[in-house]
Amino acid sequence: MATLIKGRQVATGNPSSPEVLRLEPTDDPAAFAHRLAGASRVEVHFPKFGDGRGFSLGRLLRERYAYKGELRAVGHLTRDHLLYLERCGFDAFELRPGEDADEALAGFDVFSARYQR
Amino acid sequence: MYIYDEIDQRLVDERVAQFRDQTSRFLEGKLAEDEFRALRLRNGLYIQRYAPMLRIAIPYGLLSSRQLRKLADIARRFDRGYGHFSTRQNLQLNWPKLHQVPDILAELATVQMHAIQTSGNCVRNVTTDHFAGVAPDEIFDSFVWCELIRQWSTFNAEFSYLPRKFKIAVNGALNDRAATYVHDIGLHAVKRDGEVGFKVIVGGGLGRTPLIGQVVREFLPWPHLLTYLDAILRVYNRFGRRDNIHKARIKILLKEWGFERFRDAVEAEWAHLKDGPATLKANDIARVEARFTRPVYDKLGPHAVAYSAPGFDAWKRRNVHPHKVPGYCAVTLSLKKTGVPPGDATSEQMEAIARLAELYSFGELRVSHEQNLILADVREDALPELWREAKALGLATPNVGLLTNIIACPGGDFCALANAKSIPVGQAIQERFDDLDYLHDIGEIDINISGCMNACGHHHVGHIGILGVDKHGEEWYQVEIGGNQGEVRPGVKAALGRILGPSFARAEVPEVVEKLVDCYLERRDSDAERFVDVVHRIGIEPFKEKVYGNAHQRQASRNREPVVA
Repeated sequence: MATLIKGRQVATGNPSSPEVLRLEPTDDPAAFAHRLAGASRVEVHFPKFGDGRGFSLGRLLRERYAYKGELRAVGHLTRDHLLYLERCGFDAFELRPGEDADEALAGFDVFSARYQR
Repeated sequence: MYIYDEIDQRLVDERVAQFRDQTSRFLEGKLAEDEFRALRLRNGLYIQRYAPMLRIAIPYGLLSSRQLRKLADIARRFDRGYGHFSTRQNLQLNWPKLHQVPDILAELATVQMHAIQTSGNCVRNVTTDHFAGVAPDEIFDSFVWCELIRQWSTFNAEFSYLPRKFKIAVNGALNDRAATYVHDIGLHAVKRDGEVGFKVIVGGGLGRTPLIGQVVREFLPWPHLLTYLDAILRVYNRFGRRDNIHKARIKILLKEWGFERFRDAVEAEWAHLKDGPATLKANDIARVEARFTRPVYDKLGPHAVAYSAPGFDAWKRRNVHPHKVPGYCAVTLSLKKTGVPPGDATSEQMEAIARLAELYSFGELRVSHEQNLILADVREDALPELWREAKALGLATPNVGLLTNIIACPGGDFCALANAKSIPVGQAIQERFDDLDYLHDIGEIDINISGCMNACGHHHVGHIGILGVDKHGEEWYQVEIGGNQGEVRPGVKAALGRILGPSFARAEVPEVVEKLVDCYLERRDSDAERFVDVVHRIGIEPFKEKVYGNAHQRQASRNREPVVA
């Protein structure tokens, strides 16, 4: 069972929801723009460790298309990605099975400052 | 020197803790091999042929005596007492132990150093002209911009998992000493009506598919530097190929899309980012500038060096460079002594160099992409004394710009990727050309050697480039000529070399170089015309003929014995 982190806490309850939009790394967020308002959640898929396209998609969804709802990162992710995902606008993270949730939460505290605005 | 502020130091310290954690998770089996690989690489740690290799960042090549002493200390305590200065202004240790790497990083952090993003698919150490801040042909000082780019790229959340590595070079002077046309992004200083800005060059690179970069913007005003980089990187991050590691660099995207489509995509992206939060303001520049210590120069007139001694004059001619402040000069300490791997320095040498920098150059030095060390602020009247000291340390080989100033990657002696050794080839060439008068007569010529097509020795831009190739398990060498790292002087622009012909056995390489040089000497108009100028004027055919003979001779030779395979 994959661990789900929402905000900076381990989430409980049913992770599935009917109005979910799912973006693959090759998707153009502009094509989803008109559906964002009605979505209960947007998922961005990270198919491989090291595939960073979803980071750009996260920023675009938040900054250019003003998506305000839950933005969840799913796929091959470890706690090493959490802070960067958060900085790119993600607020929910589905970790791969086997990842220790408490250890993973420490991933948010790896860096206490940033250079980028 | 750039002096860390509290945040710079905290981030570097936190990086040490992060890497310590990642290393122990890997050693405990909690991180898979491929996951740890991606993480350790962005901390400069490779697993090489015989041992790990750790690449330590020397941001834009600037180093203090204190830092160099620490590097000497680390090399002695954690390695075999030497390090290798690379063509990207970094220092590589070839024999560290994996479990000790976190401790090495902790030591580095005590002198404001790190190995952040010196490898991996992220923005690498930004490089610049090794005469930044002192060159008479300076347009503006590139250090502040390099530091701003360093900060922008460090732990950049969006651009930390790019399709492939990403190298940025900044050149602040008229002449291009930073090879900006063969980087993923090259930024060239421009002043327009007194306003500071950059010419933006994208898509250059060496490696398997060498390409000269293209100008996407002739003038980018400085406030927009980071938003424009964001736009380029975002286009690359989203659309760069990830299906084939050999086609993943930005140059391939540019090539496959074509220049106009690429430029339009960047400009369209930038239209959204322009004037956004990442736009630079005057106080951003002032904040970074204030962290740089700058030399306080004595008020001197130009000094005519009256001293003369055998060897001194040649050294002064080759290894001493002009400075924008009267009475001062820059001095290259050569790490290219014959018989020593190019760019290698022992701990003892590093300590001695740190002392020289303190005595003669405000306690600072630079690493050049030609793998030498430079004292950038030396009083001209101190030259005779400095020369004697450097000579005693074996650092005064008067060969900067000359044939024996060979650039070479570590090659098959150290590197798991290499097809062939590069260091012994360089040594054999140096031994063949050990007559200094002859070397001076030949004049400026860049020889670059790479042990494989990854081109760490930048062979594509050597006036003579030598590439190690594998032929049925044997080491052979392909030779190209006419490459040029950039317009280091007005004339030949950045160019890629052209392959001369079939490759050679290692023992043949020095003779091939000699024939190429002979051909050049026969054909040059004057001493002022360099090897590369002649190649560009007359083409490679005469050189080819000199090396392989004419078609008839080539056929005869093939019938006799396969000397040339």
